[in-house]
Amino acid sequence: MAVDEGLKIELGKQGIFVTSLQDLYNWGRRNSVWPMQFGLACCAIEMIATTMARYDMARFGAEVFRPSPRQADMMIISGTVTKKMAPQVVRLYNQMAEPKYVIAMGACAISGGPFKQGYNVLKGIDRYIPVDVHIPGCPPRPEALLQALITLQKKIDGQHLTGEDRPRFLNAEAQSEFPVPEQGEHDLEPTSNKDVWPVPLVIR
Amino acid sequence: MKTVDEIKAAIEAAVRGARVDVLTNPGPSGQHSLLLATSTAAAVARFLRDDPEFALDFLSNVTGVDWPDKEITEKVKVPKQVVKTVEGVEQTVEEMVEETRKRVEPGCLEAVYHLYSMAKKQGPVVIRMRTANRSDNVTLPSFTPIWRSAELQEREVFDLYGIVFGGHPDLRRILMWDGFKDHPMRKDYIEPDDFEYEPTAHDEVLARAQAQKAATGMGITPQESGR
Repeated sequence: MAVDEGLKIELGKQGIFVTSLQDLYNWGRRNSVWPMQFGLACCAIEMIATTMARYDMARFGAEVFRPSPRQADMMIISGTVTKKMAPQVVRLYNQMAEPKYVIAMGACAISGGPFKQGYNVLKGIDRYIPVDVHIPGCPPRPEALLQALITLQKKIDGQHLTGEDRPRFLNAEAQSEFPVPEQGEHDLEPTSNKDVWPVPLVIR
Repeated sequence: MKTVDEIKAAIEAAVRGARVDVLTNPGPSGQHSLLLATSTAAAVARFLRDDPEFALDFLSNVTGVDWPDKEITEKVKVPKQVVKTVEGVEQTVEEMVEETRKRVEPGCLEAVYHLYSMAKKQGPVVIRMRTANRSDNVTLPSFTPIWRSAELQEREVFDLYGIVFGGHPDLRRILMWDGFKDHPMRKDYIEPDDFEYEPTAHDEVLARAQAQKAATGMGITPQESGR
């Protein structure tokens, strides 16, 4: 149950702080996102720049990059995902504990980018794992990554703890691991996870 | 730097039984190369590295070339028995008749090495080797024992072209995974059809886009799908 904003301010003037458990919970979660320390290609350089003093991702509470998927709750797919690397990326995602979020950073991670017609590049990591925020760009500016983080924070803020639309980590029946593709004789098998990635429509 | 003909002469004088052909490059760079016979290639390479005149101690680049089977159509004049009426009498006359013939020139795989000399500050010398065919006889001698820098690059050529380097210490795929069966840089490689074509496809791309739509359902328009 959300608290009425006007009433909240009015009560605040009287020295009474009112909130809901959901607001407090999401406030805590959104301001301490722990990204995974993991870079794939040139976008990783921009990701590193974002964490450093000039752009300073720490302002948004996501400065501690963890070198283990067990300690992280956000994965930044920063760069080209080759078909050789794709199973490892999915496996790392599976190893992360819930709640977990994915930012696909740059043209390659969202669609294959300039390598879209190549034989060895995955045409977007969203073929295998659910992606929360896509950032276009080649590579995106650090500001774009910060924008993605803020977008993700807004998404976390809007999550309801109960009800049908509650997030995956609060739903015991929801799937939290996704099948790891096999490296076949000619291509990855399967070439996409149909539950996660619907076949795209072309707007003509 | 000596010309390729001088290098060829020097090789043939120094290495017994060495067979070297000069492949000329008609382009403006005029960078001619030496085609080595596989049986004596290792001895020739060792000579080029160790000889103080050449001292080609640095292998800069190894790459592959795929020469697919080539169908050649040519017109040949062949003698043929022709029945003809000459001066009112029917006679069988031998005549030269033009005929169109097709023949297939077998292809091969080729490895190209660019050599430089750090000691003499000269180069490059381009040497090539060709396999017997493109399918079952694809072995070439490895130059890794002679130039260590060939190791990873020969693995790459093995991975992408399928040339097997005999004598290579660790011949594994390097870019693709171990279970992969194809050689992507070959001309007849069929790439996986797994990306959406542009919305304004035409000509050859349109044909491919339609085939993909029929096979996988990718590229179906919103009207068609009802979504």
